[in-house]
Amino acid sequence: MADAIVAEGLCKKFGAVTALDGLDLRVPRGTVTGLLGPNGAGKSTAVRLLTTLLTPDGGRAEVDGLDVVTRAAEVRRRISLAGQHAAVDENLTGFENLEMLGQLLHLGRRRSRERADELLHDFDLVEAGRRRTKDYSGGMRRRLDLAASLIVAPSVLFLDEPTTGLDTRSRAALWDTIGDLVSGGTTLLLTTQYLEEADRLAHQIVVVDHGRVIARGTPNELKGQVSGERLEVTVDPAADLETARTVLATVGTGPVVVNDAAGVLGVPVDDGVETLLASTRRLREAGVGVLDVALRRPTLDDVFLALTDRPAPAPAPEAAQSPEGVR
Amino acid sequence: MSSVVTAFGEGVVIARRNLRMIMRVPDLLVNSAVAPAMMTLLFGFVIGGAIDLPGVSYREFLLNGIFVQAVLFGAVNTGTAIASDVRNGIVDRLMSMPISRSAVLVGRTTSDVVNNAVVISVTALLGLVVGWRVRSSFLDALVGFAVLLAFAYALSWLMALVGLAAPVPEVVSSTGFTVAIPLGFLSNAYVPIDSMPTVLGAVAQWNPVSAVVQALRDQFGIVGPAAARPDVWPMQHPVAASLLWVGLILVIAVPLAIRQYRRAVGR
Repeated sequence: MADAIVAEGLCKKFGAVTALDGLDLRVPRGTVTGLLGPNGAGKSTAVRLLTTLLTPDGGRAEVDGLDVVTRAAEVRRRISLAGQHAAVDENLTGFENLEMLGQLLHLGRRRSRERADELLHDFDLVEAGRRRTKDYSGGMRRRLDLAASLIVAPSVLFLDEPTTGLDTRSRAALWDTIGDLVSGGTTLLLTTQYLEEADRLAHQIVVVDHGRVIARGTPNELKGQVSGERLEVTVDPAADLETARTVLATVGTGPVVVNDAAGVLGVPVDDGVETLLASTRRLREAGVGVLDVALRRPTLDDVFLALTDRPAPAPAPEAAQSPEGVR
Repeated sequence: MSSVVTAFGEGVVIARRNLRMIMRVPDLLVNSAVAPAMMTLLFGFVIGGAIDLPGVSYREFLLNGIFVQAVLFGAVNTGTAIASDVRNGIVDRLMSMPISRSAVLVGRTTSDVVNNAVVISVTALLGLVVGWRVRSSFLDALVGFAVLLAFAYALSWLMALVGLAAPVPEVVSSTGFTVAIPLGFLSNAYVPIDSMPTVLGAVAQWNPVSAVVQALRDQFGIVGPAAARPDVWPMQHPVAASLLWVGLILVIAVPLAIRQYRRAVGR
């Protein structure tokens, strides 16, 4: 199967700032690739190059086998972009936004209107469709933005941080919508700062930092790169944490991390189940009451930490966005 | 040729969107109509009392200049509107779609023709109240208004260029007015050129604003000594000079604006 997106050694500088420093990327047709990285890693620049908004300083890229520089006009016929800023016109209604874009795509006036109504229905915006979008909640705007990118079904869809700034509920709802979309076989390149989002939606995750790819693979493969498992023990509030720490240090393969407030101790271990049984026995012998014991596979947060020596970026504050439907 | 037709069709869709916006957020249009009204009051009634032009009312002389000042100010709005479109991400979406690279600019400058027509009509009605008159034929007057609209259209492209080159929309209006105010005053719009010192007078004689103002005075049929003008080519042939200016501005500003538009998106 041919790759829908191919990028080789993409470079882009803005003045003295190197945004992309030799990015390589392959997205097989019909799959979802998550481009994961912190703010300023170069994710958006990569998307802007692939969607012909920017031209690269070095390297090359193809979408659907078409070079994004020399055949940009043809590339634009095959792609759709929903950008970071939910680019809907605030003074137009949802319906008018979709209708205008339909006309710009030469659907004709009548077909543009039909298509606008279909999309409002599909994206649960029928009631809001006749209201100006400046009164929409963050989640509604993103849905409209997503709908706008599907007026003509694209061969490759680009979503640049589709849920940044949304509250948890709106984010989950948008994930469902995107999930339905890609189950229909649309090729999707998604950028995100949220490990959970990439884990949930993507077949392949490409981790980007400082304009380069630092890791790639399926979510499970990436988690496998952080060796071993972690044992997490929740002890009785009355128990002595220091005793528990000493016991766990004898079974673990690395430092014991103690969360005093929660009464949780974590330690990396080698042979999971054996160690779990041994440690619970020894804790009991030492007089430490155990409430819960779990073996946890590393999350993408652990992967990110291991790859970049930095914690994963914290999710953007959510307080600024009003919850769905409240406004 | 078909690509030009396509670009125009797409421009019309964008223009319709801009016009819808004017209806919903009329502040900008109201502001651009209020500015000439303020200038009319200020110069026609406050300052104009001290200006004595033989054979014609100063307000009739002034109003032909106010028309041009109005479209100069109005053009600044073109720049700010384009700059905010670029900033709020809508242009990103349009640029990633298979539509003409110039559709947004064509659309904006087209809708601004409507905008300008409204401002000119409001100014003309106000003018009729305070003493401005059309003393020529209907056809002559029509040519006058056509020259004015053509000049306004060229200014829209010029200010679109300023709007795209500016780092933030707020800079556009300050830059725009810094250009529009001296351009308006260093002309025959407010006072006859022969009342100015030699150097300023020479600037005013060749100022495109003077050519358009003079064209309007001729086309609307101002009479008496107020119709006199310096003996330089643009003042003697103001309609031709105005149209040459329009052509020159368009030839320079249109390709530069389209180029700058692509750059602004790539920022």
